[in-house]
Amino acid sequence: MTSANAVQSRQSIRFRGRSFVAFVLAPTLPLDSWLNELDRWSRTSPNFFANRPTILDITSLPREETEIAGLIATLGERGIRILGLEGGEGADFGPTLPPVIKGGRPAGAGNADAPCQGSADADAGRRNNEPSSLLVETPIRSGQSVVFPYGDITVLGAVSSGAEVVAGGSIHVYGALRGRAMAGAMGNNGKARVFASRNEAELIAIDGYYLTAEDVAPDLRGRPVQCWLNDRVLQIAGLD
Amino acid sequence: MAKVLVVTSGKGGVGKTTTTAALGAALAQSGQKVVVVDFDVGLRNLDLVMGAERRVVFDLINVVQGTAKLSQALIKDKRIETLYLLPASQTRDKDALTEQGVASVIRELRGKFDWVICDSPAGIERGATLAMRYADAAVIVTNPEVSSVRDSDRIIGLLDSKTEKAEKGGRVEKHILITRYDMARATRGEMLSIEDVLDILSTPLLGIIPESQEVLRASNIGQPVTVASAMSAPGRAYHDAARRLSGETLPMTIPTERVRLFEKLFGRRAA
Repeated sequence: MTSANAVQSRQSIRFRGRSFVAFVLAPTLPLDSWLNELDRWSRTSPNFFANRPTILDITSLPREETEIAGLIATLGERGIRILGLEGGEGADFGPTLPPVIKGGRPAGAGNADAPCQGSADADAGRRNNEPSSLLVETPIRSGQSVVFPYGDITVLGAVSSGAEVVAGGSIHVYGALRGRAMAGAMGNNGKARVFASRNEAELIAIDGYYLTAEDVAPDLRGRPVQCWLNDRVLQIAGLD
Repeated sequence: MAKVLVVTSGKGGVGKTTTTAALGAALAQSGQKVVVVDFDVGLRNLDLVMGAERRVVFDLINVVQGTAKLSQALIKDKRIETLYLLPASQTRDKDALTEQGVASVIRELRGKFDWVICDSPAGIERGATLAMRYADAAVIVTNPEVSSVRDSDRIIGLLDSKTEKAEKGGRVEKHILITRYDMARATRGEMLSIEDVLDILSTPLLGIIPESQEVLRASNIGQPVTVASAMSAPGRAYHDAARRLSGETLPMTIPTERVRLFEKLFGRRAA
């Protein structure tokens, strides 16, 4: 009997490596105005951070344990839970702060419903050192998300209300754009643009700067448009 | 070759159960063997619309869990020889459905019927995903208003990614059925137009069912509208839709109530 128990208690432990995609928040000083801007963003996209793993990039913050802890608490009040710190290499924080995480890379493809689009093509493209782009020949339905961090996305059909397209480069939509289009999503890409042959977008963003449907002049709705970034201001104009 | 058809929508209250019963009865009236399966475990309604609520003994959950044979749970329609109902359980919930259980029930039904029509619950959770899981074709029931259309769009995305057919690289055949279409409100521009709905969903149209009191009247007397009032506007529209499902090509019309008015006038005079 005891021997049986002894055998059972020797359960094996498995360690597995897994990668996850996390959002990185990079606050800049002064913190007050950064938090104000965050609140403004949250009002237009409530629950954006709910259940999304979030990392705090502390590169441009002072390495003060109490200050960082205070910021994490402030973010917590806004429903944003920080699971790790980035950019704090060498800092000696106590056990009360989330762990410092190293080795982050720009995000890969992630997708809600649709089969993961493009990452295989893109990897092949990068191996061959070719410029890579993703062609989507089917309509992108509500609730679907197509993410392609390595280059442009071209959509032949429509992007439905409630769907999102996220590209490292530009986004071209030959149907109606009714959902969200986020170009230049991996940062440092002010040259990315969004083109839509019929603009009914819920949100257009380039390199983190965005316009919601309310921000766009009504006379640009239902028309072919392009959207680009000019000195940190998102511009939108008709193409016809 | 049996065909598994899911009637789905995402949004509730758009007419999935009415459509399942009406299409099932119309297809069975043409002599094909049809079973309508209620997947709305816990909130079953199809038995009421089919007028079979007093004859339910065993249900889908019993068959899925192996506590009853399929032949024990199938209820034969009293009016149409080739129409059967597999009711849902009212006392259980959707967690009682297992993927293997549903797979084996659908497999068995395929061997017995020409059409297996699955009435999906609203939502995109377990009940709805299992109802569409083994479908060959889908009727997406949509009302001409924005929330219904967006939910339908979401469902089409799931049909293209989460069904067995899609996972094997195939394509579920999809049809849009626009229900509760109100001609008067449409001409006043108070509803999305048919063109707008089809443009957003970019999926072929199976039929347009006009808004009508006949639908409620039929369900109150426990009959599919294609049986209770086959010549009414919704009755004719559903019959046309069923013929299109069987592969016929018919011109797309929106039946109106005029015939009914005609019947009334002459019906009264005769009586």
